[in-house]
Amino acid sequence: MTRLLRNNGWVVGLSILLVVLFVATRIIQPQYGAGDFGSLVRAVLPYAFAVAAQTVVVIAGGIDLSVAAMMALTSVTAASMMAGASEEYALFVVPFVLAMGFTLGAVNGLLIVVTRVPDIVVTLATLFILQGAALLVLDAPGGGIAEWLKNLIVGTVPISGIPDTIDAWIPKALLLLGVLLCIVWIPLRRSRLGLSIYAIGSNQLAAFRSGVPVARTKIMAYAIAGLFAAMGGISLTMSTGIGAPIPGPYLLASVAAVVLGGVALGGGKGGLLGPIIAVFVLRLLRTDLTLLAIDPNVTAIVEGTIMVVVVMFGAFITMRSRSS
Amino acid sequence: MTLATTTPEAAPLGRRIKRFMSDYPIVPLLVLLILLVLVLQILSPGIVNQRWIANTVKFAIPLALLAGAQTMVMLTGGIDLSVGTVATMAGFIVATQTVDHPAGLAMAIALVPALIIGFTNGIGVGVFRVHPLIMTLGTSLIGVGFLQVYQRTVISAGTKYPDFLVWLGTGITWGFPNALVLFVPVAVLLIFIQRRTGFGRLLYAIGDNERATRLAGVKYWQVILALYMLSSVLAGIMGLLYVGLIKAASLSLAEPLVLPSVAAAVIGGTSIFGGRGGYTGTIVGALILTVLTTLLTILQMPEGARRILFGAIVLLVTAAYLRIIEDR
Amino acid sequence: MTKQPLLDATGVAKRYGAVAALKNASLSLLPGEVHALMGANGAGKSTLVKILTGAISANSGRILLRGEERDIRSPANARRAGLVPVYQEPSLIPDLDILSNLRLTRTPVEPFREWVRELGVPDLDLRETARDVPLAIQRVLDLARALAVEPDVLLLDEMTAALPANLAERVLDVVRRQSKTGRSVIFISHRFVEIAALCDRATVLRDGETVGVVDIAPGVEERIVELMLGAKVDKRRAAQTRSGPEARPEGRTRIAVRSLRVGAKLHDVSFDLRDGEVAGVVALEGQGQDELFAALAGSIKPDGGIIEVDGQAVRFTHPADAIEAGIAYVPGDRTEALAMQQSVRENIALPFSAVFRNWGPINRRREDAAVQSAIERLQIDTRAQREVQRLSGGNQQKVTIARWIAADARTLLCFDPTRGIDVGTKQEIYKLLRQLADQGKSILFYTSELEEIQLVCDRAIVIFGGRVVDVLPVGIADEAALTRAAYGLPRDASADVGILAHHAASDRAVTP
Repeated sequence: MTRLLRNNGWVVGLSILLVVLFVATRIIQPQYGAGDFGSLVRAVLPYAFAVAAQTVVVIAGGIDLSVAAMMALTSVTAASMMAGASEEYALFVVPFVLAMGFTLGAVNGLLIVVTRVPDIVVTLATLFILQGAALLVLDAPGGGIAEWLKNLIVGTVPISGIPDTIDAWIPKALLLLGVLLCIVWIPLRRSRLGLSIYAIGSNQLAAFRSGVPVARTKIMAYAIAGLFAAMGGISLTMSTGIGAPIPGPYLLASVAAVVLGGVALGGGKGGLLGPIIAVFVLRLLRTDLTLLAIDPNVTAIVEGTIMVVVVMFGAFITMRSRSS
Repeated sequence: MTLATTTPEAAPLGRRIKRFMSDYPIVPLLVLLILLVLVLQILSPGIVNQRWIANTVKFAIPLALLAGAQTMVMLTGGIDLSVGTVATMAGFIVATQTVDHPAGLAMAIALVPALIIGFTNGIGVGVFRVHPLIMTLGTSLIGVGFLQVYQRTVISAGTKYPDFLVWLGTGITWGFPNALVLFVPVAVLLIFIQRRTGFGRLLYAIGDNERATRLAGVKYWQVILALYMLSSVLAGIMGLLYVGLIKAASLSLAEPLVLPSVAAAVIGGTSIFGGRGGYTGTIVGALILTVLTTLLTILQMPEGARRILFGAIVLLVTAAYLRIIEDR
Repeated sequence: MTKQPLLDATGVAKRYGAVAALKNASLSLLPGEVHALMGANGAGKSTLVKILTGAISANSGRILLRGEERDIRSPANARRAGLVPVYQEPSLIPDLDILSNLRLTRTPVEPFREWVRELGVPDLDLRETARDVPLAIQRVLDLARALAVEPDVLLLDEMTAALPANLAERVLDVVRRQSKTGRSVIFISHRFVEIAALCDRATVLRDGETVGVVDIAPGVEERIVELMLGAKVDKRRAAQTRSGPEARPEGRTRIAVRSLRVGAKLHDVSFDLRDGEVAGVVALEGQGQDELFAALAGSIKPDGGIIEVDGQAVRFTHPADAIEAGIAYVPGDRTEALAMQQSVRENIALPFSAVFRNWGPINRRREDAAVQSAIERLQIDTRAQREVQRLSGGNQQKVTIARWIAADARTLLCFDPTRGIDVGTKQEIYKLLRQLADQGKSILFYTSELEEIQLVCDRAIVIFGGRVVDVLPVGIADEAALTRAAYGLPRDASADVGILAHHAASDRAVTP
């Protein structure tokens, strides 16, 4: 139990922070209800997937700057494919786009391994390329989406045995997020691949000597990040109903949430839960600032400042742990 | 540890060509520029005349200025993605402040955010050792936020462009763009800094081997702080010039030039890993990109394809430089 | 020797660019044998181990396992073939817990637990994160992990180096018992005591070649020292290479080091460095010499002890502070000191521009004079001066020294400056260091080539296990004496007394 606390102290602290923010929200706005929470979760969805993508890569000791561009590309692809198509066609579109994200992510990893150019440069270049590709697919926001996909994140699911008042606080979007993250993350965490991802991020030489196939593991880490980014792209289309070719603010947000979530930028440490809670913290903070009737642009400044400070703090911690 | 024992005389032809290209990257670049102009002339006969050249130079100058800031930063192995925001802020602020204040004061006010952002970047990268890319991206987002807030406070006042900046940005005298009055001294100054000052020497050395500079007694954070402030000021000046050229202050004034500024420096032979390159190459790189843009417009290439091209160029050129460096 | 060797490597060679790390190494291991692999610094031991365990691949050579030719391409591959190493640096993944580390290498947990207990760590928590486990215990865990897969050949690289005595004892015990079950062990160690107590035979490497295989018997250490040094050993050769230092009056104390302590490597080092002298430092790999030089150069902060410069206690927080005090560090690895893509001139002039007040325009005329005179003084071949990386290794090393000649540093800390450079350049560097000392400069000179001590130095400070174990006057500091001292053997050890008799004595020699 003490170890659990020690190893997850950061996550526990974040959860407490989240609860405090919820209480603050209720104090600021006593009417804040289940419906508001539902829209919060819908707003969180794309951020959460972006963060999941970034988390996997950062744990493997890398960084993926192309994550927002990848989301834009997958989002416009899904939107333009489903525009005017039948409801059933979406059953084909979703796996197709997911596979596309996975493959493009793998290409990122492959380019890093083959060219030996640092990941930060490679993913910067693929950021340009994916952005360009998104513009080629749709040069302005547009496209459409199947109704059933849209409905997947609206409202709640009645769960038998749970009173409606509690059920109202479990929106579909939250369930979807939880299910999708778990489907990928839990098996990964338990597999040798997952261990290998942590190993190459923690100490690449030691991992190599322990018999870890370093190149293959790195490619897989980027591929999984691509898969998460594709989920993020589809969720973007799900919540807006269209696809937008210009990437949203997900890159810096993902890095900030990763750092805030207790994943060291050097790699090898942390899990998925921390960053996901961190995303909720950051979004809820935004809600609170808005509820306090602060100019939304000031909110953007506050948010940006928090992210920069968090990243600086993270870099500082990494620096300290290296020098000691 | 590899011991390079080769002497220049004994190297095979292929390696000699590579070495020549890395020693004088300006030569193949000029060849490429001339080729592009030729292609343009063939595709659209008669387009290349005095007016076209003056216009091309006029539009290349803002890009070259922004790429100048980028070059300085890249010499140390960094990158500055906040230059777009800084330039936009300077341009937007000068356009709105000129309404109430004399042009000189407005320009001074417009450069204040540049100093602040440069300072913040310098502290983040130099002291806290945040990766420059993340740091400058972050400050640029904050800058955009401030700009949006600022916009709402001045939205009713309208905009006005100082005559001097308009003259500088758009004017052409005896076939030469007036912007050269600003650009030539700045370019000379940058090249002088790179080649003939202690600061310039440190930029190259840090990009090449930071550890070695530390052993030689260099304090990293001092150099980095000065560098990012210089970069921001350059970007700010570029913003002033650019708003005079475009005459439409918007919140995304210089943003579309950020990626090309990186590409111009990379094409010009400045290594994204640091330690190698210089401003002369970047100037040619900016010209190449400007001509290339004209070419792509004539070919009716969409914006998306252009970005893909920029991305591919950055990746390919970086990988190629890596091979050239490793080969020795 | 009728038994078929378990492992038989012949003609193994490995080149890094123009440098041959291994030229012609061979190693034959019998079943049930504990086999020592010995050699001076840089003889190629580690390279050979890395090749045998698949961490790097050889350029040529043949490796037979039980008479069958094997191509070991990766660590995983070696593991499957029954070759399991325990490297000098811990190879547990620091951020994973021990159980995950076992899963990663597919190590069975129960046998691992057994071995851990056997090795003297009774209460290990498998859920502990490897980073939080003390370094010594990590090494034990590394060993237990290797033992748990029951390898045919166990390779131990400096296994006992970082272990406290009680654990080391257990480890040696377990290793000895391994051989009883028919498994073999390759044992790399700098400690003669352990080798005598444990090993059956020893293969000696010198300059990347196997120069001999000897049976371990009392008194064999002299033979091994001879093999490691080659034909060069001649105990009676006096220090005739240069005139004795007695001719000169002793200079003022420039740097005084008292009880210096850095991390886990450097425990207690005290000595003086005087103006006008070249003091040699002799140590085997990893005895704390790196930390000593880094602390003096201002690169790392010491954990304890005092450094005095010209009688003033100093605390360096940045190399700039040391340089300000006139102390310059010349690292042995040239890639550490040089900006490889810059010109010779830029590299030599780098310290001129380091401080803020010198960031302005460069005074070319004055700088040219200083750079040119340094280039001439060191006779640097400037034909390829546009980029330092195009120079030969010797010329590169000259540039690292020329920088501080141009900057007129009063004290040079030279860390193995002649490593991997040609003989001619070495001679020039020796001459230069002597000249500098004659001009009143002080030089601390670590070298891994022991013959250099008598060529360059006024005395030799010998460090072993993070402590000064001996200070030899140059007259008696020949290679044999230095080698013995560096291995922690007492100065008067003679050929006819076996090592075993000195077991206790040499252990004690560590603490002066």
